[in-house]
Amino acid sequence: MSTTDTQTVPMIEVQDASKYFGSVVALKDISMSVHAGEVMCLLGDNGAGKSTLIKILSGVHQPSQGRYLVEGKEVHFSSPRDALNAGIATVYQDLAMIPLMGISRNFFLGSEPRKGWGPFKYYDATFADRVTREELAKMGIQIRDTGQPVGTLSGGERQSVAIARAVYFGAKVLILDEPTAALGVKEAGIVLRYIAQARAQNLAVIFITHNPHHAYPIGDRFTLLNRGHSYGTFAKSEISREELTSMMAGGEELEELSHELAEFARADEKAGAKLAEAAREFEAEVEQMHGSQETNPA
Amino acid sequence: MSVTKESAGEIADGRIVRVNPLRRFLVRPETGAVAGSIAVWIFFAIVAGNSGFLSSRGVSNYLSVSAELTILAVPVALLMIGGEFDLSIGSTIGSCGIIIAIFSTQYGWNIWAAIVLAFLFAILVGILNGYLVMRTRLPSFIVTLGTSYILLGATTGITPLVTELTVVNGLDHTDGYASAKALFDTAFGGGQQFPIEILWALALVAVATWLLLRTSFGNWIFGVGGDAQAARNVGVPVMRVKILLFIGTAMCACLLATIQAVHTTNADVLRGQGQEFYAIVASVVGGVLLTGGYGSAIGAMFGALAFGIVEEGIVFAGVDANWYKAVIGVILLLAVLLNSYVRRLAMEVRR
Repeated sequence: MSTTDTQTVPMIEVQDASKYFGSVVALKDISMSVHAGEVMCLLGDNGAGKSTLIKILSGVHQPSQGRYLVEGKEVHFSSPRDALNAGIATVYQDLAMIPLMGISRNFFLGSEPRKGWGPFKYYDATFADRVTREELAKMGIQIRDTGQPVGTLSGGERQSVAIARAVYFGAKVLILDEPTAALGVKEAGIVLRYIAQARAQNLAVIFITHNPHHAYPIGDRFTLLNRGHSYGTFAKSEISREELTSMMAGGEELEELSHELAEFARADEKAGAKLAEAAREFEAEVEQMHGSQETNPA
Repeated sequence: MSVTKESAGEIADGRIVRVNPLRRFLVRPETGAVAGSIAVWIFFAIVAGNSGFLSSRGVSNYLSVSAELTILAVPVALLMIGGEFDLSIGSTIGSCGIIIAIFSTQYGWNIWAAIVLAFLFAILVGILNGYLVMRTRLPSFIVTLGTSYILLGATTGITPLVTELTVVNGLDHTDGYASAKALFDTAFGGGQQFPIEILWALALVAVATWLLLRTSFGNWIFGVGGDAQAARNVGVPVMRVKILLFIGTAMCACLLATIQAVHTTNADVLRGQGQEFYAIVASVVGGVLLTGGYGSAIGAMFGALAFGIVEEGIVFAGVDANWYKAVIGVILLLAVLLNSYVRRLAMEVRR
């Protein structure tokens, strides 16, 4: 599945990028790259520096140090619009859609198709509706009424419409900021499928998440961030889901927590019965988390 | 994902229930205002039908009131859909009327030149409102309340310096008055009963509706009102859109000032006071969402129509006209309740 080719020039690449906010080090010497037709997962717990890195990639922030290259050429974006013009589209978790507006109007907001001449140019609703329907069908979403308010769609469908929009408007690089964070299991699965579809259309995808179970099935390579530093980038063949999970702060701490609970249970005989049960449940859960790789098809 | 969720809908995409057409009609923004207009009309047709409400004079009366309010309510509706308020339009009406009157009667300008000057002034007020709101990021409610008092104070302060009165008379003796009257104060229809402002109002509704539903700019209005940050993210020039909407409200206030000045042949510094709230109420009754992003120009027109029917209907019914505001208050509350219900329907209609 991996189409990573070290010979080709990466679509976007950052080299030793650092970002300081006053005396706070948000990012330190981060290097990462993503190629066309590849899903690169950016993992890290809250506060790891994921959002700062996205903001650098999408042109909101400038790196304090280091280089940012797009298709091998160094760039200095001064606004999100610059990044957009360079083909780098960012789909934010919440700010992607306007709930009370219809799907096709949302799809074309800011880049409306127009017909007619001179001052009598008008919004080409027929074209907008047709393209929206077609593009969403490509992503596997069937809609009956393109005028349906986006607010009536589920969170996963909303993310998918935003992805379809970015793809249609010529994005070469797709940055997805926690697209699965607020979604249920099924919904997250739908979004992961659209990410795979975007990759199949030869886009470079940067998928930001703190959930290794969402990242592992879809990712080709994984970059792990922790407290502004990078643990490095790993190809899928170099790392297992267990390693990925335990490298994320969450995995280790869960194990520690279960041991701690067990200790408590042994120390306090009275409340022991209940606590021991809780500890057992916790241990089972951690086990299950580690063992779920087999049951979850990659 | 071709899982069919509902057993009844064996349609290809299976996931969406067919929309009940009646329900679909109910969630249109203007439905409430249309129903409200019909309801108050029927009420006054029964109560005041014998005392002239149904005569062509009665019809002309309430259409005239409604038309004047429509001229204000339509741009206000557009602005509110764009997520802002303009409380300065009442004072703008007073200022523009005074500008037309002073320059044409005191300085001997052709009335058309004075009207053009008033419109330029209105554009300036709109730009100032929009710029202040966007730059300060303060609520437009407060910013335009401020500019409203500034305009009112300056107009009442300057006018007596020029004329020694706060009312300026004698517009009918100015150059170009005849042609201005032809455009702003003629009548049409059987027996020349219907004032031309009705046509102005209808033209405005048509243009606003076309703008809102058939142009990119209209899409941007819904966008900036629905979620300005999301709109900005996809490249909508939020500041430009909002400033243009503020210019729209100010220019329509000036249009109404012109119509009233030509009709009454005078100008009063206090003219237009309170109209800003009537325009907002008409828009809200017409289904415009107070928080922006939803509504229609046609709805605002029907909101204004309900207003006009109540205002004139009360007179024809022989009730003390002071009750008018109480009735308007009740209608406003009912409309807001109805609208919030309709909005909930709209968001769940296809679930």
